Amino acid sequence: MTNVATTRVREPSRLRRWVSRHSPPYVLSLLGVGWMLLFFLIPLGSGLIVSLETGNPVRGYNLTWNWHIYSQIFVHSDIPYTTFFIRSLIYGGSATIFCILIAYPMAYFIAFRVSERWKSSLLLLVLISFFVSFVIRTDMWAFVLADQGIVITTLRHLHLVGKNFHILGTAGAVIGGDVYNNLAFMVLPIYVALEKIDLRILEAARDLYANTRQVFLRTVLPLSRAGIFAGVLLVFISTVGDPVNSALLGGANTYTIGQAIQDAYLNNQQFNVAAALSTILMAMLGLIMFVYARVFGTENIENLV
Amino acid sequence: MTKGSIGQGAGAGGINPALLRGLTQRRMPRRDFLGVAGKGVGLLSLSAFLASCGIAGSASRDAQRRVDWQTFWAQQKKTDVLDFANWPLYIDTEHGKSESLELFTRATGIKVNYEAVIQNNEPFYATIEPQLAAGESTGYDLAVFTNGWNLTQLIDSNFLVALDHSKLPNFARYASDLVRNPNYDPGNQYSVTWQTGFTGIAYNTKYIDREITSFDDLADPAFSGHVGMMNDNVELGSAALLQMGVNPETSTPKDWVESTKWLKKQRPLVSGYYDQSYIQHLENGDTWITQAWSGDVFQANQSGYPHLKFVVPKEGQIVWHDNMVILRGARNPLSALEWMNFYYTPKIAGIVEDWVNYACPVPDARQYILNVLDDPTVANSPLVFPSPSIDSLSHEYYVYKDYDEYQLWNDTYNPVIES
Repeated sequence: MTNVATTRVREPSRLRRWVSRHSPPYVLSLLGVGWMLLFFLIPLGSGLIVSLETGNPVRGYNLTWNWHIYSQIFVHSDIPYTTFFIRSLIYGGSATIFCILIAYPMAYFIAFRVSERWKSSLLLLVLISFFVSFVIRTDMWAFVLADQGIVITTLRHLHLVGKNFHILGTAGAVIGGDVYNNLAFMVLPIYVALEKIDLRILEAARDLYANTRQVFLRTVLPLSRAGIFAGVLLVFISTVGDPVNSALLGGANTYTIGQAIQDAYLNNQQFNVAAALSTILMAMLGLIMFVYARVFGTENIENLV
Repeated sequence: MTKGSIGQGAGAGGINPALLRGLTQRRMPRRDFLGVAGKGVGLLSLSAFLASCGIAGSASRDAQRRVDWQTFWAQQKKTDVLDFANWPLYIDTEHGKSESLELFTRATGIKVNYEAVIQNNEPFYATIEPQLAAGESTGYDLAVFTNGWNLTQLIDSNFLVALDHSKLPNFARYASDLVRNPNYDPGNQYSVTWQTGFTGIAYNTKYIDREITSFDDLADPAFSGHVGMMNDNVELGSAALLQMGVNPETSTPKDWVESTKWLKKQRPLVSGYYDQSYIQHLENGDTWITQAWSGDVFQANQSGYPHLKFVVPKEGQIVWHDNMVILRGARNPLSALEWMNFYYTPKIAGIVEDWVNYACPVPDARQYILNVLDDPTVANSPLVFPSPSIDSLSHEYYVYKDYDEYQLWNDTYNPVIES
């Protein structure tokens, strides 16, 4: 009797046990999945749909599956969107490389060369510029780097540059602004990766007759790869689509895709063009990041979090 | 004043709030989508959903929005609040308070919630359009829009409350001829001007020691790399039209195309196509000569940049107007009308003008500024109180008949800036 009863109870309980054993990861990821769905996939999908619509802001836009718009953007346009895409990729790519070159020594210094009690203060210094809105900070750079600003007048005074030398309006100014505004996003992940490295590993390398350069190239750099990887993702994506630096620091020949999207949406009210440009930008960035992750990605990226 | 990109401090945090809101609110499909997805229906409803994915145009519920304005005004009751949306630094301000608004509250008992939320016409329009299209209140009774496509769109879409001029006797009495019966709003049916301004040329006398008289000076190779132009298509195009001797107001699409030749020829000399920041670039020496708004130059002269000079080109200049309008769904339309009437007096317009320094829509305010406020610099400025000879050189913008014309204009001039 008891046997039968227990068997009856055991059947559902096994299912329940299976559910309770296997479901937690799914349940726990619900919030994340919901977030991604709500703020990434649905906007992406609706962007794609809007790009396929035709109409105007007065009469409204209707879905007409106008795939033609994508060829129009690249081929039959008076506006050289292809140039803007390439230009933005170059700006974003250069900014990312400069960010690595500047951020790596910074992070290395904070992680290895500074005593424990100074570390958090130095990290705070890296972040402190975020206390002021980045538009205002960028605008201040426009002031500092102006033709009659403090930098150029000093350089001119020292006869280091000619009368016609200028910084604002050049690609260099835009890339510089990108680097300045995104440096912390490179420093922090690299710092976290370096901080995790067990110093005994470096000792072991030295014990095995590695010189300083080899220690760095063969142990430190590979072990901090995940940090660089994460930093590149953060910096590259945000600089390629950025309209602010090119608008405030750039000139007549630094127009980027971010500005093109903004102008198409707000000024020209061509919602379909703006959506198509964003969709292309997203797809392009997605593809680049996918290839990048396959080539350079590391398994231990999750160690960072 | 319609600048394309992020205005001063408008887009803090990367994405423009107005743009963000436009993106999240304008598109009804998201709500539809959640409903559909929740029910878990299949392909059939997916195609139905896709078919319903359009974006309603501003004219979508046009018919429902038609109103008999006489009855509307007859039904309104007095309230003691006014929600006023304006541009930054566009009203007299002393220690965070505005004398003109306080005088208004004292005289009428109406408390004013004054918010300097308008960074630019386009983003502000994108912010309030969803509510206006849905027939809801935007939270603002009074807003200030430049005459241009957005104002035309507001009027054409019946998004504005028609003014009851029987309650605006001061406008009839004091308004300057320059702001009466404008081409973009015949009979001032929907708008009265808050400030007028001119778009001409400004240059820095420290770097340019000859007289600047003409648009052709903007294409002088001697200034190569130091020429500023505006990134606003309407300003850019209007300047090019004036340069070739065509009045923008009466220009044709053929003229538009023709005028881009000069702009393209001039482009290699241009250091940048700027938004409001053009004035900083002129102050900082990045540009020596630039397209400019009169009020900015006047204010720069008063605040440490006496070397900047505004000139009216001999080919003519543009006169534009920032206009007060009452938005549909306004909770306090009578208060808004009351303020418009209150503003159009020499005293109040004078108090505002003495601080704002664009061009005053009330000519008699000059006497008030001269005698009561004792500020001859402002009162005697030809930029703030233009002489009739300047009036004859001033031309209005072209008024777009519909979106297609506006798009044609943009398609004509976009390739100049976006390159």
